[in-house]
Amino acid sequence: MSIFVDDKTKVVIQGVSPTGQGLYHGLRNRSYGTQVVAGTNPKRGGEVIEDIPVYASVKEAVQATGATASFIAVPPGGAPGAILEAAEAGIAFIVCITEFIPAQDEARVYNVLRRDFPQTRLLGPNCPGIISPGKCNIGITSGDIATPGGPVGLVSRSGTVFYQALYELTQKGIGQTTGVGIGGDPVPGTSFIDCLSAFEADPETRAVLMIGEIGGSAEEEAAEFIGKEMSKPVVTYIAGVTAPPGRKMGHAGAIISGSKGTAKAKMDALEAAGARVAMNPTAAADIMAEVVAGLG
Amino acid sequence: MDLFEYQGKQYFARWDIPVSAGGVADTVDEAMKVAESAGYPVVVKAQVQVGGRGKAGGIKLAADADEVRRHAGAILGLDIKGHTVRRLWVEHASDISKEYYASFTLDRAAKKHLGMVSAQGGVEIEEVAEKDPTAIARLHIDPVDGLDLAAATRLVEEANLDPEARAGAADILVKLYRCFVEGDADLVEINPLILTPEGKVHALDAKVTLDDSAAFRHPEWDEFRGLEEMDPRDRLARDKGLQYVGLDGFVGIIANGAGLAMSTCDVVEQVGGKPANFLDIGGGANAEVMANALEVINTDEKVKSIFINIFGGITRGEEVANGIVAALGRVDIKAPIVIRLDGTNADEGRRILSEHESDRLVSVPTMLGAARKATELAGGTVREAQVSR
Repeated sequence: MSIFVDDKTKVVIQGVSPTGQGLYHGLRNRSYGTQVVAGTNPKRGGEVIEDIPVYASVKEAVQATGATASFIAVPPGGAPGAILEAAEAGIAFIVCITEFIPAQDEARVYNVLRRDFPQTRLLGPNCPGIISPGKCNIGITSGDIATPGGPVGLVSRSGTVFYQALYELTQKGIGQTTGVGIGGDPVPGTSFIDCLSAFEADPETRAVLMIGEIGGSAEEEAAEFIGKEMSKPVVTYIAGVTAPPGRKMGHAGAIISGSKGTAKAKMDALEAAGARVAMNPTAAADIMAEVVAGLG
Repeated sequence: MDLFEYQGKQYFARWDIPVSAGGVADTVDEAMKVAESAGYPVVVKAQVQVGGRGKAGGIKLAADADEVRRHAGAILGLDIKGHTVRRLWVEHASDISKEYYASFTLDRAAKKHLGMVSAQGGVEIEEVAEKDPTAIARLHIDPVDGLDLAAATRLVEEANLDPEARAGAADILVKLYRCFVEGDADLVEINPLILTPEGKVHALDAKVTLDDSAAFRHPEWDEFRGLEEMDPRDRLARDKGLQYVGLDGFVGIIANGAGLAMSTCDVVEQVGGKPANFLDIGGGANAEVMANALEVINTDEKVKSIFINIFGGITRGEEVANGIVAALGRVDIKAPIVIRLDGTNADEGRRILSEHESDRLVSVPTMLGAARKATELAGGTVREAQVSR
């Protein structure tokens, strides 16, 4: 099984234009085998681009095609509106890869979704998307770096380390149930815990690889969940073990996080929760190979 | 982007948050003029983006024109923790009965706004938090609901502000919250927020951090940006759209995405190298960006080899390869380059690079292997990387 998406997932690309990232990557997703059923563009309703019917709104696209998921790659100014449009149209799973959405917009959209559309899941923004190997790929991940039929669920805050980890697993012949890039923005729609919980419930996922990074406290929160709720083995890598934090936090921010936020604090918390801690992405796959061999 | 105190106060003024009468001065003469109109006594404050100005002699009280001349002359040009004072803020010195603290920020864990108020202001708030966490009243605010006067009033009551300060402080909190949200700030902080003997409440300092992602809807931020204090290397990189942090090592690093850039630093250090920098070319980097990144790295004398680590998602392999080739033709790159290229259109990228490979441009298929090669070419001692802690 996979989490959040599968071979029945029907995707609408929001904000399709002939030169946009949405169409470019949407077509790559389609050639991977994903059911890309529609596009939207208020100015291009009725057109057909690369065999994809374009509608003026998500609502129309859903009515005409039964789309269940959406792929948003529109610029930061329009992305918050696009997310809410998808939710209002009844889309259950929204992938937003847009980077640099203002934090105030992101926080507002997150809380509107939680209140008015509790059934809708937003992945991202500023994320690589989701791939269930062999079944569905929504976003900007290169499909060829993933392997179907495997026992490992992968979740990552960093986009590029997500690819690296996926590829390292594939190189070692370890397949994946689903890979989820949740994105590193301040208020991601989907958290580590959402993914860990879904992987725990998925019978085909037998171990989880979690990739975190310095800053914030999402890894510490995940560690608490791992300690209490996860029966499946978890291997982790925290990017930024040796690099200095990229961004200074203000006074108030420093209070919220306290000693949390450093790679060491995160690794300590994860280790204390029973997760294995790798020093780099290659090492993470090496350790996962051991874990998988021990699953029997 | 962090604002200077005077910029923060100008920003506050847009939301009617009261500050002391004062103005900006770049020279001693200007300082005296501002002092005259603000009314004596005045405070002369160094404008630098670093804490501990007072202790460093950057904040002085002046009772008359003669003292302003002396203090302004001493503070202008002063070096405070590596920051040279080029500008002063001169304001009427307030009589202070009490000092408080107020701030708004985003609590990432709760996914809500967080308001914090304390009756203990004027000192480092971290100290207060450590010594007596209960001295800070906290309120989580749903961004959809916002903050109204009733909630702000409850917050100042909970913080135990003096009764005569509560109405004024609650009013300022509502305005400060609007400044935080409408002004697209990551942080707004008043420390101290003061109560005067006349029972007035106003902001004696202003700390504002703006969210750079929101710059597209704030063209007025351009005037702040021109004055920003930055390392010249950082400025060069930022002007070219790159995230750059200078480090002390000898392997120059270029990667796409902050996570992979950090991870590349980890791996280089683990195999015996030492990163000279962290450089993230971001997502969707094209040939121009790649060439710019190499130019920035090339200005660092310490760099003995360059490790380009690219795993393309939105970034396309052939664009990266074309960028490297373009940079080689345009700039005399001093250090040998090791590249590891995977992901979107990597085959095409590697094909383009293969036509230009030499002992100055080496392609290595794995991240660890490339880190070892870059370390070796830089003259470092290569070792096996640690697997687990």
